[in-house]
Amino acid sequence: MEIEGKVWKFGDNIDTDVIIPARFLNVSDKDILAQNCFADLRPDFGSTETTGDVIVGGSNFGCGSSREHAPLAIKSAGVAVVIAKSFARIFYRNAFNIGLPILESKEAAEAIEDGDTLSVDLVTGEITNKTKGGTYCASPIPDFMRSIIDAGGLVEYVKNK
Amino acid sequence: MGMTLTEKILAAHSGVDSVKPGDLLQAKVDLALANDITAPLAIKVFEEVGKPDVFDKDKIALVPDHFVPNKDIPSAAQAKEMRDFAKKYSITNYFEVGDMGIEHVILPEKGLVIPGDLVIGADSHTCTYGAVGAFSTGVGSTDLGVIMATGEVWLKVPPTIKVVFEGKLKPWVGGKDLIICLIGQLGVEGANYRALEFTGPAVKDLSMDNRLTMSNMAIECGAKNGIFEADEITMAYVKERTSREPVVYKADPDAVYEREIVIDVSKIEPQVAWPHTPDNVKPVSESTGVELDQVFIGSCTNGRLEDLTQAAEILKGKKRAEGVRLIVIPGSPLIYKQAIQQGLIEIFLDAGATIGPPTCGPCLGGHMGILTKGEKCASTSNRNFLGRMGDIESEVYLVGPAVAAASAVLGRIGTPDEL
Ligand code: SF4
Repeated sequence: MEIEGKVWKFGDNIDTDVIIPARFLNVSDKDILAQNCFADLRPDFGSTETTGDVIVGGSNFGCGSSREHAPLAIKSAGVAVVIAKSFARIFYRNAFNIGLPILESKEAAEAIEDGDTLSVDLVTGEITNKTKGGTYCASPIPDFMRSIIDAGGLVEYVKNK
Repeated sequence: MGMTLTEKILAAHSGVDSVKPGDLLQAKVDLALANDITAPLAIKVFEEVGKPDVFDKDKIALVPDHFVPNKDIPSAAQAKEMRDFAKKYSITNYFEVGDMGIEHVILPEKGLVIPGDLVIGADSHTCTYGAVGAFSTGVGSTDLGVIMATGEVWLKVPPTIKVVFEGKLKPWVGGKDLIICLIGQLGVEGANYRALEFTGPAVKDLSMDNRLTMSNMAIECGAKNGIFEADEITMAYVKERTSREPVVYKADPDAVYEREIVIDVSKIEPQVAWPHTPDNVKPVSESTGVELDQVFIGSCTNGRLEDLTQAAEILKGKKRAEGVRLIVIPGSPLIYKQAIQQGLIEIFLDAGATIGPPTCGPCLGGHMGILTKGEKCASTSNRNFLGRMGDIESEVYLVGPAVAAASAVLGRIGTPDEL
């Protein structure tokens, strides 16, 4: 599946507290979570139309709290894929479980800048920077994670078993 | 091939004789945990799975601790959702306000986690229970919802990093300083997808409360778990809390570790993790210029009796500095009661502290003790992320209870020796 979207660029160690600050965790409504996504770090994020956009982060993206509200907020904001140099363990797992596409690519994360337009093939992991040029290949998704994606998330995977 | 402590527990819970790093396992869960923030999403997932009942009503713990006593109407709704679920499925270990404390304080305290257990929690600090010789790790709500339905979880066997603590502790140095020092060395991502095994002569005599502090912060360098081998100290702690039989696993002599880190603790002075990452570590002697607006003593890292006792010894007969707010939160009702019986609460009150009910409090910046722009807090909690305790322009400095207590009196970061 190929998507095309505008980049929101972030640095290293983007923790789930800045993705969705604790004061917004009194609800689990996904639309409200989406509105408050990056409320302090990028206040413009929640008020902008982000459907189809791409988040590009540095290393250890999604570290800290296990709150699934974080990937849920990003997914509900319509973000098509998160690309990072590396992901923290729990966020990585949560993203697959809820069906938020994520890709790991050090080169892409370093070269891509805020506002660039990317086209991303979610199946092959090929990332093309349409603004600046350059094509990158994300690390292949492990087979087991792929089977969770193919099932449509962990719940469906478990139900099918 | 020999196995590490983590590998042994994972193998035993997956019905296989041996495992190695990278193996994918379907493991049986001894205890599944959620709190008032993560349970509502997990309950939704449980319902989607469509099983008529939970896998075992005795093996689920639901603890309201983040936004209780209810901080606002939406929080009240979330707490109720968990309460109703607990009632509907007759969950044995649901803790109502009054019985509740911070999840990672009360579960070991009540003997719900013992050596050899495999515990999965929808909270990243579930790694705390490594201190009692259990494998425990944090997951999100979807994983937890599925576990509540099936009693099983998929896990990838992590490579283990062995951490050997050698030497004799200096005064005012405790578990908090050791773990902050390690995180400073490893970096916040240094143990991502890995297990930590804590060992060495310096942690042999360490109390359970200090070990719980260390395992608690394993996640702050990305680790999946941070485990101690159960010993006499563990067994003495566990024996009086449960009738269940602990299973003590030991790492094989020929266990394979990804790497080994040796830390000479005799060289460590009290540590401070500066904003805004737990690996931004400096010794306290280089942190004494930091003026404070708030000091917080509590959380699942340092809200236990020994922490409060140490803080009270330092605060006895002293007063917090003018302009500093001192917030003390015992981690559980039992600790609260013991602190009253032992006169600690009186010392705190005389020192000008305010005492909160046994909850997470300011730790996550959601309820009570929140910071505004420009304010600085020395906190015994585990995270100092940007905006963690309030405004994005506030600052959190992570310290142990001794430095926290001394800093409250000094009005700036410092040690008890300066008083
Ligand atoms: S005290 Fe802080 S770190 Fe511990 S469970 Fe509560 S919010 Fe999380």
